[in-house]
Amino acid sequence: MKTFKIGGIHPPERKLTESSAIEVMPVPAELVISMNQHLGKPAKPLVKMGEQVKKGQLIGEADGFISANVHASTSGKVKGVKPHPHPGGQYAMAVFITPDGKDEWAEGLDTEPADWRSFSQEEIIAKVKDAGIVGMGGAGFPTNVKLSPPPDKSIDTIILNGAECEPFLTADHRLMVESPAKVVAGLEIISSLFKGEAKAWIGIESNKQDAIDALKKHASPKGIEVVSLKTKYPQGAEKQLINAITGRTIGQGELPFDKGCLVQNIGTAVAVYEAVCLNRPLIERVVTVSGMEISSRKNVLARIGTSFKDIAGFCGDISEKTNQVICGGPMMGKALFTLDAPVVKTTSGLLFINNSAVEKSRERTCIRCGKCVDVCPQSLEPWLLANTAQLRKFDEILDLGLMNCTECGSCTFVCPSKRELVHWIKYAKVLVNNRQKRKSA
Amino acid sequence: MESVKLKVSYAPFVRSSDSIESVMYNVALALAPATVMSVYLFGMYALVLNVVAILSCIGFEWLMDKARKKPASCLDGSALVTGLLLALNVPANLPLWMIVVGSFIAIAATKHVFGGLGYNIFNPALVARVFLLISFPAAMTSWPVPAPFSLGLNVDMQTAASPLGILKTDGLEALGSFTLMDGFYGTMNGSLGETSAIALLAGAAWLLYKRYITLTIPLTLIGSVFLFTGIFFLIDPGTYASPLFHMVTGGLIIGAFFMATDMVTSPISMRGQLIFGLGCGLLTAIIRLWGGYPEGVSFAILIMNGFVPLLDRWDQNDQKAKYQKKSEKA
Repeated sequence: MKTFKIGGIHPPERKLTESSAIEVMPVPAELVISMNQHLGKPAKPLVKMGEQVKKGQLIGEADGFISANVHASTSGKVKGVKPHPHPGGQYAMAVFITPDGKDEWAEGLDTEPADWRSFSQEEIIAKVKDAGIVGMGGAGFPTNVKLSPPPDKSIDTIILNGAECEPFLTADHRLMVESPAKVVAGLEIISSLFKGEAKAWIGIESNKQDAIDALKKHASPKGIEVVSLKTKYPQGAEKQLINAITGRTIGQGELPFDKGCLVQNIGTAVAVYEAVCLNRPLIERVVTVSGMEISSRKNVLARIGTSFKDIAGFCGDISEKTNQVICGGPMMGKALFTLDAPVVKTTSGLLFINNSAVEKSRERTCIRCGKCVDVCPQSLEPWLLANTAQLRKFDEILDLGLMNCTECGSCTFVCPSKRELVHWIKYAKVLVNNRQKRKSA
Repeated sequence: MESVKLKVSYAPFVRSSDSIESVMYNVALALAPATVMSVYLFGMYALVLNVVAILSCIGFEWLMDKARKKPASCLDGSALVTGLLLALNVPANLPLWMIVVGSFIAIAATKHVFGGLGYNIFNPALVARVFLLISFPAAMTSWPVPAPFSLGLNVDMQTAASPLGILKTDGLEALGSFTLMDGFYGTMNGSLGETSAIALLAGAAWLLYKRYITLTIPLTLIGSVFLFTGIFFLIDPGTYASPLFHMVTGGLIIGAFFMATDMVTSPISMRGQLIFGLGCGLLTAIIRLWGGYPEGVSFAILIMNGFVPLLDRWDQNDQKAKYQKKSEKA
């Protein structure tokens, strides 16, 4: 079975919701649609307080090249436009909408299924851009930008990322099982942009056999190869997935297209299909609601802008032992400081957990066991990077490959001294970036 | 739901169950067969030595933490392992006060003066053993003859030199009735825990299974001793003992699997570990064949401990060369 060559770990999978069908969540009493749903510049709000909006109407316009459109997730009245807590931990400008209950589509949207072959490449990319599609795996890179690599780079490999290697998360898994036709259609549309020279792959970890079977049925007749991957974290990281499937290595400072590769998330493929064939912008996504401290665990199809409080209310009771709510997976997600934050396009999971380690730091001294070096998928020395960061040697740390860290957290998972290795590395990255900005300013 | 207080911390929010404690207590568990064997072979006094060594190591650890105003680390298992290793490395009739001195050297003078667990350059138990050997050569080299099931607290046991000692002073013929099986089961003169190869290998198998150690260092260490002594055995079997004799005598097995693999004092990378193991093996063989002491494992490992920062620095420089070149190109 294929997998990436260097490092990796196997944390407890805890896929508690793998056989729960996706449930459609009703539109809540209020939606908070953040203008910051993607990598790059936040969108510019186009609506004002008191305005009526329709479902799918553009309410935030992409501001610059790396930015993305934002749409109203239902019809209703704009209650306000003001900063609001964002799942990333900061505040971001958001449009508050009070739904009118009609859930009416704006004109020209949600049309009868069209054949994507009738559109030109430019039309497809324009539709993807208009629909505000971003990478739904976590980074949120605008998809239209990713689909138009520089002309001198030739793409020969297109990979759909069905690894979903984070514990707990099953959103992509359920999409693959329940809508394999849409997933495959999305991948076909993406492949068609690369003149048919590119080979398409779908990489799925072997712990999702039902998804592998479902996709094989739909994908194999179309020449798309479904690859069963050995279950190992961080297989779903772009660089590791490319390595697992093609054997190629993305080096320092390189992007996947430098090695002829393009990786897209399962959810993104479905969104591309809906945008191109059905004229639906990206206004909803599947969120896995799980963790040991919530009574009913579900895969929920929620509108973008649904607050986490509403999602928790829809799923059941939270136990009193809950002390952390994680947005995303337990390896790379973020701990929320408030449940007022809303679902954004990159929210893949919401985990209610009791983390006893959070009460006080358990960090001990490094006993030089070398486990972090063994598991690092990027061949770094995490203990050394963390030490260098703690000493604030920010010139030296770049030479140790700081920027090659993908922040997967494998080193921190295995550390017997419970050192916050990846935290120190992220800290150094932020400070190094700030320094460089100051220098160039 | 309103009552739920959210706490913010760093990802990842799941951690493996490994901890310093689990590492250390598993090493202690792996040393248990050898400890039991030592009591079987040398009587109850061996047990007393073990207990005194462990308690005094934990005591000095507690004292040093107090003195350095550090959080108590005396029960993290590392002092337990040091005490156990120290006891297993001395003859079974050592006076108790000497083992307490050894514990002080191990914990205070080797570990805490460098900053405590994780910072010491040299293996604490080995430094203590070598300190005792140089300071009290007579007590440290008069080995009681094993007397299985002698459950008394008798210190005045019949003593004799170890097989390696006999080889060093009297030559190959003097070894007489010693067979390899004696070394394998442990029925020979030697330190408490180093005599029984089979008990030590059983413990080592547990550590390998739990992945707390890898085979890199033990195999290169033992392999290079085997090769080096084997070459001289082939040249002159009349003077030099067979490599198999060297395998089962002295502290080679306990050194290779339990001392040289100490995480704190061994290199991190595979390449470093290969060189480290090779160096330990060659030095051991050289000291055994031509050195002033009959046994060389402790000295060899300590000398190579000193090279570990250098070996690690080599990897770090490679890492730097790799990324500096890349960023120049970009």
